[in-house]
Amino acid sequence: MIELKDLTKVYGKGSKAATALSGLSLSIKKGEIFGVIGHSGAGKSTLIRCINLLERPSEGEVWVDGVELTALSQGQLQEQRRKIGMIFQHFNLLSSATVYDNIAFPLRLAGTSKTEIERKVQDLLALVGLEEHRNKYPAQLSGGQKQRVGIARALASDPDVLLCDEATSALDPQTTDSILRLLLDINRKFHLTIVLITHEMHVIQSICDRVAVIHGGGIVEQGDVAQVFLKPRHEVTKEFIRSETQADGPLRQAIDAVHAGYTKAVKITFLGQKTYESTLSHVAQGTGVNFAILQGTISTIKDVPYGQLIVRFEGPSEAVEATLSELAAEGLDVEVIS
Amino acid sequence: MGGLDFSAINWEEMLDATVATLKMLAFSGIFTIILGLPLGIVLYLWGKSNNTIIRVVYSVLSFVVNILRSVPFIILMVALIPFSKSIMGTSIGVLGTIPALVIGAAPFFARLVETALREVDRGIIEAAQGMGASTGQIVMRVLLPEARPGLLAGVTITIVTLVSYTAMSGMIGGGGLGDLAIRYGYYRYEKEVMIISVALMVILVQLLQMAGDRLVRHFTRK
Repeated sequence: MIELKDLTKVYGKGSKAATALSGLSLSIKKGEIFGVIGHSGAGKSTLIRCINLLERPSEGEVWVDGVELTALSQGQLQEQRRKIGMIFQHFNLLSSATVYDNIAFPLRLAGTSKTEIERKVQDLLALVGLEEHRNKYPAQLSGGQKQRVGIARALASDPDVLLCDEATSALDPQTTDSILRLLLDINRKFHLTIVLITHEMHVIQSICDRVAVIHGGGIVEQGDVAQVFLKPRHEVTKEFIRSETQADGPLRQAIDAVHAGYTKAVKITFLGQKTYESTLSHVAQGTGVNFAILQGTISTIKDVPYGQLIVRFEGPSEAVEATLSELAAEGLDVEVIS
Repeated sequence: MGGLDFSAINWEEMLDATVATLKMLAFSGIFTIILGLPLGIVLYLWGKSNNTIIRVVYSVLSFVVNILRSVPFIILMVALIPFSKSIMGTSIGVLGTIPALVIGAAPFFARLVETALREVDRGIIEAAQGMGASTGQIVMRVLLPEARPGLLAGVTITIVTLVSYTAMSGMIGGGGLGDLAIRYGYYRYEKEVMIISVALMVILVQLLQMAGDRLVRHFTRK
């Protein structure tokens, strides 16, 4: 659906030149929610703005739905942009227009008939739950409501792709969740491809199918959210995930607290239905080892439940080793920490 | 010297002068907007262009606008006498002053338009670009509506400035209240006429400013 090939973006010239993207390539499938996570200054904003050429890459190609946007004339590009919706961190609504007129804006640009506009806007207002606010101005709305108007406006021209530029970063946690749910609904209802950028792992974890981690203008890690989230490889990814879970210090102390006998601390990851099963106690009873749970999380990635436990096993060395291999045989992911 | 005697005032002449002033304001105001608004839009659009040629054209245009704005109106007015004569057929009276008023006020108004447009949030313009809006659509559907309060404030300031310009035009036989004040009050020491004419202009400015403020408030949505 979206192919970014060798994108490079350099701002400024000569000694003042700053590279925002350096030879970045990315491929996004039709109908998926693709998240890009990165710190500020990593180039994620430039990346998403390159997809609809609000920012023109210095080098490289942008393909959306089989069309090379970077090769189009200004007029053709305007035509193609109507198929790409975008929502923004600061909403960017027309302050001089009502909710209704804001949503109707892209339709009027395209010269849609009045009756058709009325019908469409009414449907969109219902979709985002703002029917009774149709004649209000943006200044009279809350942040969450403004973003709903932004989403309705972005959907008005029946786009194939929705770009979300830090769409929830200016919202409080509850509102963020309601907007994320709305995006997920839309994705399922219209099979809309969604690309979002964020600096919050929570956003990725809630709705994304795949994720790419951007750092220093390039992608350092990408894959299915579960895989990247549970088995992060790059240091930056680990950092994002660590900030979602607990601190390291107390855990380290707990791991090192017992020196007697043979001990082994491991990180066990449960995914899907296994999260709810009693595999751990079952296996431990069989091998006769004791265990202490030092840290644990249970949550979902999009809709898939997962659990992650840090467990210290104590007992004869063969029994502990046997436990670890049996857990692995049960299909759990076991990673030895110490 | 002695006291003021208002009974000697020719009220009919005063009324004619007021009407003449209003006419000058209306015509010069309309033409100033017709000329200054597009000029302001062009200044705004060209001012942020990355194209080298457009940047050069912008600098030249900007320079011309600055020159017109820095020449004192009284001098501009005199210098434009032949020009006014050639396009209006006369250089005096209501008609004769309009070209000078417009050429004096349009560059001023254009700068106010440019400033008002620059106040429009960049994000909103980008959102419109992202939706496939052409430059024309951005001007008509984003810039002008979003800048409306600023533009109306600019129109108010410009028209108030035009009131004082019409008064100055009395110096070259422009007609209207300013002409009356100068002819009677300044040349013939009839203070009463001067006081009334100036008072009428003060009232006019007050009314214009109040109306302008009210419109600005009406269209402000922030």
